[in-house]
Amino acid sequence: MFDSTDIWSPVRLTLELAAVTTVVLLIVGTPVAWWLARTRARWKEAVAALVALPLVLPPTVLGFYLLIALGPDGPGGWIAGLGGGRSLAFTFEGLVIGSVIYSMPFVVQPIRNAFEAFGERPLEVAATLRAGPWDAFWSVAVPLARSGFLTGAVLGFAHTVGEFGVVLMIGGNIPGETRVLSVAVYDYVETLRWTEAHILAGGMLAFAFVVIVSMLMLEKRIGRAGE
Amino acid sequence: MRRARNRPGGRGLPGAAAALLAVAVAAASAPAPAGAGEVHVAVAANFTEAANEIGALFAARTGHSAVFSFGSSGQLYTQITQGAPFEVLLAADQERPRRAVEDGHGRAASRFTYATGRIVLYSADPGLVTGAETLSEGNFTKIAIANPQTAPYGAAAVEAMRALGVHDRLVPRFVHGNNVAQAYQFVATGNAELGFVALSQVATRAGGSRWVVPEDLHATIAQDGVLLEAGEGNEAAAAFVAFLKGEEARRVKQKFGYGADE
Repeated sequence: MFDSTDIWSPVRLTLELAAVTTVVLLIVGTPVAWWLARTRARWKEAVAALVALPLVLPPTVLGFYLLIALGPDGPGGWIAGLGGGRSLAFTFEGLVIGSVIYSMPFVVQPIRNAFEAFGERPLEVAATLRAGPWDAFWSVAVPLARSGFLTGAVLGFAHTVGEFGVVLMIGGNIPGETRVLSVAVYDYVETLRWTEAHILAGGMLAFAFVVIVSMLMLEKRIGRAGE
Repeated sequence: MRRARNRPGGRGLPGAAAALLAVAVAAASAPAPAGAGEVHVAVAANFTEAANEIGALFAARTGHSAVFSFGSSGQLYTQITQGAPFEVLLAADQERPRRAVEDGHGRAASRFTYATGRIVLYSADPGLVTGAETLSEGNFTKIAIANPQTAPYGAAAVEAMRALGVHDRLVPRFVHGNNVAQAYQFVATGNAELGFVALSQVATRAGGSRWVVPEDLHATIAQDGVLLEAGEGNEAAAAFVAFLKGEEARRVKQKFGYGADE
């Protein structure tokens, strides 16, 4: 039938989505994390809370708002209109937007923690050595926070791979475009095709285990090297 | 250098895992609520609104209460094979109740057709859907259908499009709702310009544009119900099945566009 014959297409798509999402998150999340770590603004915890919201909200809440926001009457529809479309729902780009919001806390929090951990001192030293702020950021702050970046990137990637509810609500289950691994597993289970479900689910299990173990080991190593 | 910085990946994890485990254990050991006067019914998504109305009438007339779980027939059936505590299954097809009986989950003698459904090509845009030609002209980017692998209303939509000779051309524009309720939601929010939905979903709503698909374009969607193993001996379950066959329930079904059928 239909689309589900190709069991690897969802795997490829999921890896693509997670990779793109992680890159976007590092680009968007780093300045946010930097600001949160450095600013003395009174409302910074309000911003931090906004970033952390997806940790608490059910995916259906995000999915509901996204479905409206991406649609023809929302900003997503406007953006889609620039490219001749009418909605960003049911598109890969729409999934990237959803995933970036959904996985944001997993990237911002570790990077912010890392920025906060080394304190003001290294940056003050860099300033006395006449490093400009931009130079100091790249040659001092980023290397010192490398474990935070690594943790953030791995968690952001892994969390996007594990996404389900949001995709189910805004994806439309289109093969090669929005039919990601978790949705494919759901379909296989519903249609009682458990062989395929087992292959994908078992693969996911192994993947998640390897990610978490390597994270824990890496953290230990970097933690030791940094002391 | 301090070491507390990698919270999310580090120390937080075992705590979260323990919490998850605790929740899972609590959920598993919760008793299946099957007290007297209550019946748990698994209902195909297309029948949602009718079921809610019938449920209210049922409660008013008999004092029993019906607790509904809505989903695609495929999803509900999979859950039943895995021991879901449903006592009655109201599917969107005849296949799943038949299989439920075959696999020993349902009572053969209790199988009955509780409704026949129709599909509608529907758009929230008042001018878009005029008839079969809307499909062949193809002035739209996305068309929503229920997943034909799990939802009979999706399968009927595919059948109708095949009969009209437009199916293969439209495949790239399909978006699949997990069930017919989600297909309707995609259309209602305007994310898809149009879609095949159940007549029951739009029968009581004005507005938009619609074309009720003629019944010669797809096999009749006969929706069967069956009393499940878990419901045996439950007075409320038997009462619900009886009520569903009665005159009051028939009027509700008619109002939502279901064929009067028994």
